[in-house]
This record gives sequence, structure tokens and C-alpha cells, in this order.
Amino acid sequence: MNNRIPSPLWLAPLVVATAAALGLMPLIFFALKQGGAISLDARVLHVARFTLWQAGLSTLLSVFPAIPLARALARQQFRGRMILLSLFAVPMSLPAVVAVLAVVSLYGVSGLLGGWFPVYGLPGILLVHAFFNLPLAAIMLHRALAAVPTENYRLAAQLDLTDTSMFRHVDWPAMRTALPRIIALVFLLCAASFVTVLTLGGPAATTLEVAIYQSLRTDFDIGRALSLSAVQVVLSLGLVLLLGKLASPVEVSQRLRLGAERFDGQRLTQRVLDVVLLLLAALLVLPPLASLALTGLSKLAVTADLGQAFATSLAIAVPSALATTALAWCLAVLQRRGGLSARIAIATSFAGLVLPPAVMATGWYFAVQPLQGGVLLAALLITSLNILMGLPFAVSALSSGLASLGETHDKLCQLLGLSGLDRLRIADGPALRPFVLQALLLAFALSFGDLTAVTLLGAQGLVTLPSLIADQMGHFQSRQAEGTALVLAALCLAASWAAQRLGQH
Amino acid sequence: MSGMIDIQNGHYEREGFELRMSFSVPRGAMVSVIGPSGAGKSTLLNIIAGFDQLKSGSIDLNGKDVSAAPPAARPVSFVFQDNNSFAHLSVRDNVALGIAPSLRLSAANDAVVMAAISRVGLGDLADRKPGALSGGELQRVALARVLVRQRPILLLDEPFAALGPGLRKDMMRLLQELQAEQNLTVLMVTHQPDDARAMGGDIMFVGDGQVRAPVAAAAFFKNPDQAIATYLGN
Repeated sequence: MNNRIPSPLWLAPLVVATAAALGLMPLIFFALKQGGAISLDARVLHVARFTLWQAGLSTLLSVFPAIPLARALARQQFRGRMILLSLFAVPMSLPAVVAVLAVVSLYGVSGLLGGWFPVYGLPGILLVHAFFNLPLAAIMLHRALAAVPTENYRLAAQLDLTDTSMFRHVDWPAMRTALPRIIALVFLLCAASFVTVLTLGGPAATTLEVAIYQSLRTDFDIGRALSLSAVQVVLSLGLVLLLGKLASPVEVSQRLRLGAERFDGQRLTQRVLDVVLLLLAALLVLPPLASLALTGLSKLAVTADLGQAFATSLAIAVPSALATTALAWCLAVLQRRGGLSARIAIATSFAGLVLPPAVMATGWYFAVQPLQGGVLLAALLITSLNILMGLPFAVSALSSGLASLGETHDKLCQLLGLSGLDRLRIADGPALRPFVLQALLLAFALSFGDLTAVTLLGAQGLVTLPSLIADQMGHFQSRQAEGTALVLAALCLAASWAAQRLGQH
Repeated sequence: MSGMIDIQNGHYEREGFELRMSFSVPRGAMVSVIGPSGAGKSTLLNIIAGFDQLKSGSIDLNGKDVSAAPPAARPVSFVFQDNNSFAHLSVRDNVALGIAPSLRLSAANDAVVMAAISRVGLGDLADRKPGALSGGELQRVALARVLVRQRPILLLDEPFAALGPGLRKDMMRLLQELQAEQNLTVLMVTHQPDDARAMGGDIMFVGDGQVRAPVAAAAFFKNPDQAIATYLGN
């Protein structure tokens, strides 16, 4: 309040804006030189069309089945319902490279079900996207259903509502409010999908993100990389502006709740239908995970490579988590101030969603080229990109924590004159400890499992756990890859699980 | 204009909601604020405490213009309906915050804190955390902090609404004692006209976009006008 020196909190938006500006610089120069005209050749258009097409299909395949699935989860009482819910929570905590490997280990050429499903190209991409997002959508919709007051179900039971009117009057209204945000989130995740498309796609199945990377690193076609980047920025900006109307799409996973006891769906046909649905969903998620776990366990060998990669991953993920959380703290506090501060803070925290990693990496690549930096510089850039990508999630965790403190907490601090460091030390810090830990763990898991930034910005000799897996997959040492993936998956799952537990406060 | 709380030609406006006020509360007054819900009782307290700002008009507390002063700089203590304590701090620390926001206390001040805790009847519970206290005990912690802060004005926003009738009576008695001991000027929002009657002192009615000046409780209940009669239900 009426302090003349700007609060140090503003350093956070400043740092992020600088990083973003550095990333966009080459694009702006390029556009200026071309007089604003960007060459959209057939190849660029094809890639853009495919990006939207696969994202649309993936969203359709993930969100539609999730509607009856969430309903089945909510209305059937059976033992192991919580276990099934927890199983559905696994894919969203896994690094993309682990999920890809899990699917390949089952349906790939040498997999147990090899040849049953075309795992490369569009079908494979869709399968992995559904593996990630169908359970995610089901859990989010189920959460919307679990929030329906018990009285509604009791009333419905008294009125003896039919299946259809039950859906129309109780379930659908509850899910409909959550649906736009879920569709938007899944579409955004699939449109920006990098690792999945890079490993499973081919020349015909390439998204903008991957095409930018390839034109830079394989084709050395800088002009094309920049025009692809321009299209990608316009596209994701449009998507996020659309999302802006739907409030924040990012929501840090909360407690898995079973919800109210329900009295419907007990007729035999309904029960059979629901059980079949639940089984099908379990068949999408469980077999790839089991296959990875089994082969991985049998091939788990602690090698020097593995140890080195583990250490490198830690060296990137720990600073990244710390910095992400510190920046997120500033942004969450600014966001709570309301008004212009809040709008700037929200825009800043979503930079990681609006600005495609491939575009940022391209920009930074040009910016640091004169430095001739080696491994250390690469590690620094990877960490920075991880921070940008983790910010939306960390801010979400911290602002829900701040919101949970309630209005009187703020008033009490103002009244008692608690401000600055005193307020952090005495009031906010201790009260928010679980949420800070949650943000740290989320950012850590994201960075530790990241293959996108390492691929985009990596240097010779810099090997993290995910990039070791990708390497082993590429050299047909897929059995070793599965062992490595198991280590990575275990750590990321542990971090996510702990974060989720902390979110229960 | 020699009251403890003086608001002249006050006009508050927010999202279409308007509240006008011109009144003076003398030092040592015990005022109950009543009126329909949503009429602006809490807003009135927020304006005095500095959580909300008047659009126009003057606000003087203890003879000083405070319109630009932040909440901590005003001669005001505030007791909310709940969440008056930080859950991670002991009773002693929660009260000590009223003296030193840094929690670094001299031995003398520490004695002041312990005396206040004993005064409100929590002497044995000084090292407990708020989670281990009942609703009545939590409000006693808030009152102990009021004692150590030594600010002449005390605002309470439905402080005992969540308590049972017996407990509420006990707490009001304690409040009356503390008010007398420190000669506090008290404004208490309540939605129970009976509490206001029991409290004695004066009554301010908030309704129809107006804050009315305080009136002695007996007179208030004896000759209610149309708006007040409708609110009271007679």
C-alpha cells in the first residue's frame, strides 16, 4: 500500500517478459524484413492442418467416451473404485516419453501384442493422446459429478427419475460447466504435443512444434522454421484467447473423491453397460503400463550411463523447481491483488502455454549462438524453458492455496501491520507450506520428465534420463529403455502422488 | 466534531451498491449495529477499519483525518466472525502479534501478553494451537489481542454469531467488562436485535442505503419508524 518503490514481486513478470522477448526476437526481425509477409507454402499449410486435425481427433476420442465413463464411475458402487480412480490418475503424471515407450512396448513390433495395432503414424499418436487424456477427462468430469450435493440424488431417487431425465437434470448440468474447460485443455495439450509426435509420427504425421524443430536441426531451413513459428504463435495465441473466456484451463490435481452415494443406475442393463465401459477404459490404461513394468523390471540394470543421466536430470530439475516456485509465488501474490496486477500476473503465468516451446527454443538458439556456449549454457536454457512450461501449474497450486486462506487472512495481516518479509515469515509462509511443496513437486516432476526442452536445446554430451530413454529407443535398445523408463516413471509418480496428497489440505 | 468516530457526508459506492452516512460516535460508547442482511453493516465496519474506502466525505478517528491511512495505522482493532487467528501459531504468538508484528518481544511485553491471555480466561491454553480450541475460546484469543493492542476503537462483525445462547451471554459480559476497563469505543454488528437490547448502550440502524446516527437502545425499540418496524417484525 502506497509504497513508492515498486514491489520486488514485479521482478517475476519482468524476467518472464524478457525471456519471451528473447524468444520472439528473431521472429519479429524476420517478419519486419519480409515486410510482414510470411511465406505459407504447401508444406507449412499441410503441417498446420495436420496439427489441428490430430488435436481435434484426439480431443474427440478422449472427451466423448469420458462422459459416460465418468458417470459409470460415479454411480456404480464396487470394491476397488478408488483403485480404478487412482489408476486413471497415473497417465497424467507420466512423462510423455514413458507413455510412448509403454505403448510401443505392448503394441510395437517386438511387443506382446505386436502387429495388433499400427503404433506409428496417426493411429499411434491418437492412441497415446487418448492414453493420456481420456483418463484425465474422466477424472475431471467425475470431479464435477462428485461436487453435486447429495440432496439432488436423494430428490431424484424420490421422484423416481428415468435414466434419461436423470442425465438431463442432474448429471449433464454438472458436467456441462466443466466440459468447455476440459475440451480446451485437452485440445491445447494435443496441439502442442511434441514428444509423442516426434517419436511416433513420420514425414506425413508432423505437427508444427515438431516441424519447427526439424527444419532447424535436420533441414537447416531457417526461413521455414520461422514461418512455421509464426503460424504456431498465431494459432496458440488464438487458442488461448479463446480459452481466456473459459477461465483458467489449468487446474492442479486435487484429491480424488468418490462423491455422494447414488441410487440410480442399478438396473441390470445399466450395470452391465457401465461395467463394460469401465473395463474398456482400464484396458486402455493398464496393459501398456503392465507391459512396461514387467519388461522394465527384468531389464533394470544400474549402469554408469543411467547414474550420469540421473544426476544430470537432478541438476536441471532441482534448480528449475526452485526457480519456478519462486516466480510462481510472486505471480500468485500479484494475482491476488486484483485489477491490473492480476491481469499482468495471469498473462505472465500463461506465457508457457501461449508461447510454444519450439518457438522459444528457436529464438533463444539464435540469441545465444554468438556465445558458442557448451553443455552448461544448454543446461541453463533447458532449465529456463522448463521454468516457463511449469509456471502455469505452479501458479495454479499457489493461488488455490492463497485463495484457501480466505479474506480474513488478508484483513488480519493488514490490520496487524504484517507486511513484506514479516508477513512471509509469520503469516503466509507457514500457512502455505503444503501448497509451496506442492508447487515444488509439480515443477520438479515436470522438469525431471521433460524431453521437449532437452531435445530442442540439448547439446552434445548432455544426457538426461528422458533423453537417455529416447536415445536407447532410437538405437533399438528398447529393452534397456524400458528399464530406464521405469526409474523415471517411479520418481515422477512419487512426486505427483506426494503433490496430490499435499493438495488434500 | 469531537467524537471518537466522525464521518461527515460519507458516500460509499461499489458495483451499484450505495451507502450514505453522517454520524458521530462519542468516546466510550457501546454501539450495536443492526439492519437487514446485505444492507451494508459489514461495509460500514470495513470503511472505518480502512478495508474499504469512501468515495467522498470525511472520516476522522480519534480526532484525526484517516482517509488516507492504511488499516494498521488506524486506531482500530477488529474482531471477525471467525478466522481471527493464524492456525499455525500458538495462542501466545497470535496475541503477541498485536504488540509486535515481527514476534520479537521484550520480557515486559511478554508479561503483558500473558496477562491479557489470563484476563480472557485462557491462562492454561497459551501454548495451544487454534485447532485445539472451541469457538468461544477462539473469540477469547481475539479479545486478548484487542487488549494488548490498546487501540481506542473496537469493531466486531457478528463476533458471537456462531456460539450457543449461553456462551454468547458470557462473551458479551466479557466484552462489556473489557470495554469498561479500557474505555473502548465499540461498534458491534449483530443480526440478533435481542443481543443489541441486552448490550444496552446505543443502536445504529443500517438500511435503505443509509447509516443512521446512533440512538439510545431504549428509545430505539420504543418508537421504531416504518423501516425499523419492518425489520424487527412488529
